[in-house]
Amino acid sequence: MLKKVELLNISKTYDRKQDVISSISVTIEPGEFFVLVGPSGCGKSTILRMIAGLEDITDGVIKIGEKEINDLPPSKRDLSMVFQNYALYPHLSVEENIIFGLHVKKISKSERKKRCSEAADMLGLGSYLQRKPRELSGGQRQRVALARAIVNQSPICLMDEPLSNLDAKLRAHMRSEIRQIQRHLGITMIYVTHDQVEAMTMGDRMMILHNGEIQQIGKPIDIYNRPANPFVATFIGSPPMNLVSCTNNWKTGEININNHLRFFIKPEDQPAVRNRQLTVGIRPEHILHSSNRLTNTIKMQVQVINVEVLGTETIFAFHLGGKEWLAKWNGQWRLSVNDIVPIEIDYNSICLFDKKTGGLIKAPAKIERHIIEQEVMI
Amino acid sequence: MKLALHDTPNLSLNPKTSLWKQTQKARVAFLYLLPSILLFSVFIFYPMFKTIYLSFFLTDQQGEAALFVGLDNYQDLLTSQSFHKSIKATLLFVLYTVPAGIIIALFLALMANEKLRGIGFFRVIYSSTMGISVAASSVVWLFLFHPSTGMFNRVLNLFGIAEIQWLLDPDWALFSVSVSTIWLNLGFSFLIILGGLQNIDEHLYESARIDGASYWYQLRRITIPMLSPTLFFIITISLINSFQTFGQIDILTKGGPSESTNLIVYSIYKDAFINYQFGTASAQAVVLFICVLLLTILQFKLGEKKVHYQ
Repeated sequence: MLKKVELLNISKTYDRKQDVISSISVTIEPGEFFVLVGPSGCGKSTILRMIAGLEDITDGVIKIGEKEINDLPPSKRDLSMVFQNYALYPHLSVEENIIFGLHVKKISKSERKKRCSEAADMLGLGSYLQRKPRELSGGQRQRVALARAIVNQSPICLMDEPLSNLDAKLRAHMRSEIRQIQRHLGITMIYVTHDQVEAMTMGDRMMILHNGEIQQIGKPIDIYNRPANPFVATFIGSPPMNLVSCTNNWKTGEININNHLRFFIKPEDQPAVRNRQLTVGIRPEHILHSSNRLTNTIKMQVQVINVEVLGTETIFAFHLGGKEWLAKWNGQWRLSVNDIVPIEIDYNSICLFDKKTGGLIKAPAKIERHIIEQEVMI
Repeated sequence: MKLALHDTPNLSLNPKTSLWKQTQKARVAFLYLLPSILLFSVFIFYPMFKTIYLSFFLTDQQGEAALFVGLDNYQDLLTSQSFHKSIKATLLFVLYTVPAGIIIALFLALMANEKLRGIGFFRVIYSSTMGISVAASSVVWLFLFHPSTGMFNRVLNLFGIAEIQWLLDPDWALFSVSVSTIWLNLGFSFLIILGGLQNIDEHLYESARIDGASYWYQLRRITIPMLSPTLFFIITISLINSFQTFGQIDILTKGGPSESTNLIVYSIYKDAFINYQFGTASAQAVVLFICVLLLTILQFKLGEKKVHYQ
């Protein structure tokens, strides 16, 4: 019953000159929650609409199961879709909205009633069935849109930024609700979002897009730990990874960031950086308070230029090597602007990218995560 | 203490200034309304009340009220054969022009709403009758309807069908005038309906396509209900317009032949400015006003249930 979705060298162009999507190839496994994520205008919605059949495919092949579906109309692809603005029919009641598709498919009246009440129960819409969409709140409309996608019992569900019209609190709630529904029904979900938090928390796997090109595909945590390039490194994670270009003396293995920060590359990493210009990346949570607990760390003093205390964590900014860096410390820290704070960075937590190609040379080593995991266990 | 002293005189402002201040918003609002109040008074309210006033009088050649006759003018109308005929012609004319005009406009708008290359050209063409004056287009239609040289009769000749006296045959005249009126009003209706169609969220159709709804199903379940406020508006406007048709009658038939196209507005015009019977003309105008008013109220009462406002 469940089928995989395969995209083979998919391209899309509107003017035959410039590709908005170029050569996307990916396989979405049956029953997977797959997230397409990227900044606005990166082509993620276009890919989703091509899978749905709402947009022509300029080049390449899309397969559902083993069947090529390039020229099938949307209704023959056996999928359902939730739109960003929900696309509810304003003149129909909630119930009529939910069973609109079943009505079209000429499913018997009793079956329609049954499926509608099932979906309504699952989403807690039971008492709203006779209302019109305009009499519902944003969150309730969202649920109606979900119910409409569910009643079709299609094995594949497409969602185009379904949560972006909700407030932050409701969005967090709906994230887990959508995830639970997907697990419960065991459907294949292809989910488009620009929000990296949604991508990180909901996806089994995700694909990061930028300017119509794949940046990286993988499990969220793997992408977080091993970002393929500086774009991914700054797009995934909040606050974003600090990136700064540096000079690299590959004879001595010394890295120099505008004379503010110098450290040596470990001998085992040296062959990889030979003859390359580097960009150094460090995640805000890897900039630690200098406590002398760790040895072999890069230590320095920095001047705080901005502080945000969020209750569970403290984010502060400082200048280093001509750039503004952000650091994130757990807990509440009474810092004020212009304070000088001692920080340290473990060499293992540093990320190195090739400055020219953007490729990842060295990801943060695993060793530090082990420390965190052990702390969690205690 | 100082503050209190300073405050007291302010609180007991003299009443005049206070009233002036209180009404500030109302005065500003009135200022904004003033232009339309002026225009409406001169061109709508004054003529309307003058018409009602005159409908109770017999008038002299200058149109001045001469003799108060009470409801006699109205009584004469109710018994007048000519007025009955006029009412009948008007109702038939409305029946011919309004539904046909709106259905054709809807059809054209549905076609022009498709996303095709060069569709802008057709949108311009279809709405172009908005830019043509009634007089100019009526003259063109006069040529088309011409018994011997007109295009319609020539086409009929080609197929060996007998010529039709489009504007001279009492059985055909009202139909001919209706055809030209439908054509004339098409541009406006088309434009309004097209605007309504373009306001419908594209995602609704995409969602329906994923569900597999056919074109006709989408038209019936989505387009028409979503278009209902627009349709309601254009039906109301067309209905009122149709009741008030004058220009094309004056140029094409002058109310003839044998009063078959003597629509009520033309009949009012004839009574007032040809027969100088301002009293009966005013009475007819009042009757027309009441008819249109009642019809519009009725339409709102019936239509409201079928119209889906967002």
